[in-house]
Amino acid sequence: MTSREATLAAIRANRPKGDFPLPPIPAFTPLVGEDLVAEFGERLKRMGGRIEPVAEGSDPLAGIRERLAGAKVVASAVPEVTGNRDLTMVAKPGDLEDVDIAVVRAVFGIAESGSVLFTEGELIVNSVAYLAQHLIVLLDPTDLVDTVQSAYRRPEFASSAYAVLHTGPSATADIEGVLIHGAQGVRSLTVVMLPR
Amino acid sequence: MRVGLFVPCYVDAFEPEVGIATLELLERFGLKVEYPYDQTCCGQPMTNTGCHAEAAATEALFVKNFSGFDYIVAPSGSCVHQVREHLTAIPQTEEVKAVRSRTFELVEFLHDVLKIEELPWAEFPHRVAYHNNCNSLRGIHHARPSELNKPFFSKPLDLLKKVKGIEIVDLARPDECCGFGGTFSVFEPAVSAKMGYDKVTDQSKAGADYVVSADSSCLMHQKGCAERLGLPTKYIHIAQVLNGAAA
Amino acid sequence: MSAEGMNPQKDPLHPQVQPPTDESARGQDGQRLQHAEGASKPVRAPAAREAQPRGAKIRGDRPIDQAEAAERFIAAPLHQAAHDARLWDVRKKRDAATQAIPEWEELRELASQIKTHTLANLDTYLEQFEAAAKANGVHVHWAADGAEHNRIVHGILRDHGAKTLIKSKSMLTEECGFRHYMAANGIDIIETDLGERIQQLDDEEPSHVVMPAVHKTRIDVAEVFARTLGTDPTNDDAHYLAESQRVTTRPLILQADAGMTGCNFAIAETGTVVTCTNEGNADLSGNVPKLQIHSIGIEKLIPRIEHLGVFIRVLARSALGSTITQYTSHFRAPRKGTEMHMVLVDNGRSARLGMEEFWTSLKCIRCGACMNTCPVYRRSGGLSYGATYSGPIGLIIDPTFNKRKYSTLPFSSTMNGSCTNVCPVKINIHEQIFAWRKVLAEEHQIPLLKQGMMKAAGAVLSRPAAYRAAIGAADSALKALPRFAVYNPANTWGKKREMPETPKQSFHAWYKQNRMKGGAK
Repeated sequence: MTSREATLAAIRANRPKGDFPLPPIPAFTPLVGEDLVAEFGERLKRMGGRIEPVAEGSDPLAGIRERLAGAKVVASAVPEVTGNRDLTMVAKPGDLEDVDIAVVRAVFGIAESGSVLFTEGELIVNSVAYLAQHLIVLLDPTDLVDTVQSAYRRPEFASSAYAVLHTGPSATADIEGVLIHGAQGVRSLTVVMLPR
Repeated sequence: MRVGLFVPCYVDAFEPEVGIATLELLERFGLKVEYPYDQTCCGQPMTNTGCHAEAAATEALFVKNFSGFDYIVAPSGSCVHQVREHLTAIPQTEEVKAVRSRTFELVEFLHDVLKIEELPWAEFPHRVAYHNNCNSLRGIHHARPSELNKPFFSKPLDLLKKVKGIEIVDLARPDECCGFGGTFSVFEPAVSAKMGYDKVTDQSKAGADYVVSADSSCLMHQKGCAERLGLPTKYIHIAQVLNGAAA
Repeated sequence: MSAEGMNPQKDPLHPQVQPPTDESARGQDGQRLQHAEGASKPVRAPAAREAQPRGAKIRGDRPIDQAEAAERFIAAPLHQAAHDARLWDVRKKRDAATQAIPEWEELRELASQIKTHTLANLDTYLEQFEAAAKANGVHVHWAADGAEHNRIVHGILRDHGAKTLIKSKSMLTEECGFRHYMAANGIDIIETDLGERIQQLDDEEPSHVVMPAVHKTRIDVAEVFARTLGTDPTNDDAHYLAESQRVTTRPLILQADAGMTGCNFAIAETGTVVTCTNEGNADLSGNVPKLQIHSIGIEKLIPRIEHLGVFIRVLARSALGSTITQYTSHFRAPRKGTEMHMVLVDNGRSARLGMEEFWTSLKCIRCGACMNTCPVYRRSGGLSYGATYSGPIGLIIDPTFNKRKYSTLPFSSTMNGSCTNVCPVKINIHEQIFAWRKVLAEEHQIPLLKQGMMKAAGAVLSRPAAYRAAIGAADSALKALPRFAVYNPANTWGKKREMPETPKQSFHAWYKQNRMKGGAK
């Protein structure tokens, strides 16, 4: 008997007695207000990320251009920003280890948690979202969903090879609870609210 | 109404005043309280150690002593929890089931059954920290444990609020276990004592003159710890406070 | 390897790296940030040197002496106090996070029901998961036990000529003794979770399922890193230490032949492996090397993606008191040009499913909330349990792996029940601890002395006359009491606490004297 057969047989022999129906999942009332951008920003801030502030009527990317200009290597996966590392030409994921700033667009954001979702489609090379020192995320305000529960009704989780929710930057507090950003992945995560 | 008084073995041996206060307090409410003289213990020390077979004869004796009462009342949350949840080493006859379901801890008996409204004789002008015994708190639901997202309630505090002059102080860790844990206190003495030291230190920092609880076992452990640390805190059972002990 | 120049203070390229003060954990508005495992207030162990207490002594199958190891932990007061304060802080954060959700208790109930349903139909869901994964182009393997898991993974690595493997934290691989097996077979395993890396470098097991090095102070970490990574032994700043680890691990990540993750949830309908981490190391493990392997305990299955809407909401709140982990990663299919393997591991789980009183322990989602709230765990340290799983959940899982070796663990509890109340999947942990004690006593896996004492106690307590004789008179009570009321042959009570005073008379004697005169009353 293979281990597969042995495990399945043991499970069948040991099946717990009783009726254990799968419960329906009710739609809980969202715990966020009407202004999803504000709610998203507040939660993101608590998770160590931030929304780039934009002055009324000015270029939403103005705030990050200075940072981009100061960076040696910028990998951009979005048409709005031009980088100097072409993600479509990367031979292997580890080659992105020298990227200072990566710019990617989120599929959607979650107001309840301050999260943004990426799939392999947005990232082009998945590793860029972790090997880069800093991550800049473009998010269309109309792409915000209210809750985590709503997010999991989106189709991307079943259709992508890789889907990931980022909520702020890489973090650890494994040493005496001291919060440190950039444990292994990006040191900062900045969201720019920018319509597609 | 036939009320049987159960005075657990360690109260019988170490804290007879608690048994006396319980008896007198119940009598103040006009109850005729019987004390089956052949009573000993609920069997908890054995079952708590996993030794159910060794508890069977003691459990059978408990049922024999308390069969036929409408209510069995005891000043101990952990013993009542044992009777209600764990008195299972003997066959579960109708008689056994009846005794188990009719056994009440003093606080819940006063609060839920007698639904007492006032305690005109009770006055305790002291700063008091209330100690929730874990079995009382999470086993027989004296109060809302801090872990649960449910509305606050506390039966012992409801009763203590009827006592004149009492001031309740808050602990930093309100329902942290004090480390007694029955036989745990002797088989894991280092952890038990450390938990006890932390608990009595918390009580002392909260400014408590007295610690009041519905379980003498926790109080005995805490008192021993406080004395070892040289803290002046005093320990008294809720039955004594409700019965009008002047302290 | 030198770690010079790693101090983030001096790094002009990364100005956003915070300076090494406790203020660094503050947001732009000055409010203290507490996400990941961030403490709500600084928990700094005093700088005085105190040797790190080590865990339980392991002697083959002999029962673990948790009490002995716990006593040594308590004898290191700086460590014990920092450990207790840190975990209590996480417990309080957990309380605040759960109080902020009105439907919290309903979510726990849902999570519990989804898990029990899945476990009761685990064969169907495993087959569904396997079929979906295969359709996604994933290689699926089945391992009956830890040894087979290790052999399977070793085989995959051999097929690819892989010599180094980076991995994220996985309790399952700890269970399998994976690191030790691979070391013996010449494969370099690099843990990439900071806490787990610290433990690997110190050749210690993780002491906590979520915070592997929570029993260590920064001074201990500085010592380990100085010894293994060449950092400055006098610099115990957490930022410096974490940065040193990042800088020294990064090349190993880039060069690794294979990557491995554990699994928080495995989705039957899509064949997806979900990991929840804060550091991004699972994503590096899954996205950098050409070969990726996911080890999955078979109890990790849940039916559908929509169920993540329940579990993701309870996991981080229970574990850390944060809304969500920094990264929630869903690995479904291989990247182009790479291979993806999933190993479904039984290792005792299918047998546990048949244990009527204990099968619901399989609901566990490894959040660690029961450890954080456990007053015994906080004072003992996780390594005192001498087992992969420590704390309350360990007490009920460990004996299923080895009943003799872990026979003592269910007694390392005061039965206070807090663990059951914090459990996000509503495992009746303290009731299972109680049930284990019964099983172990019946199977004579508790010390003869203890069982003998209980037998003697039962004999006295079931005979009214013998009982009254023991306590009836004040003078004999003193002598007799410790035997049956305190069970105290070595006076372990009196070593740490004052003995209770013996009253003038017992309640029995008082009652007889005052209430039974001439049959009155």
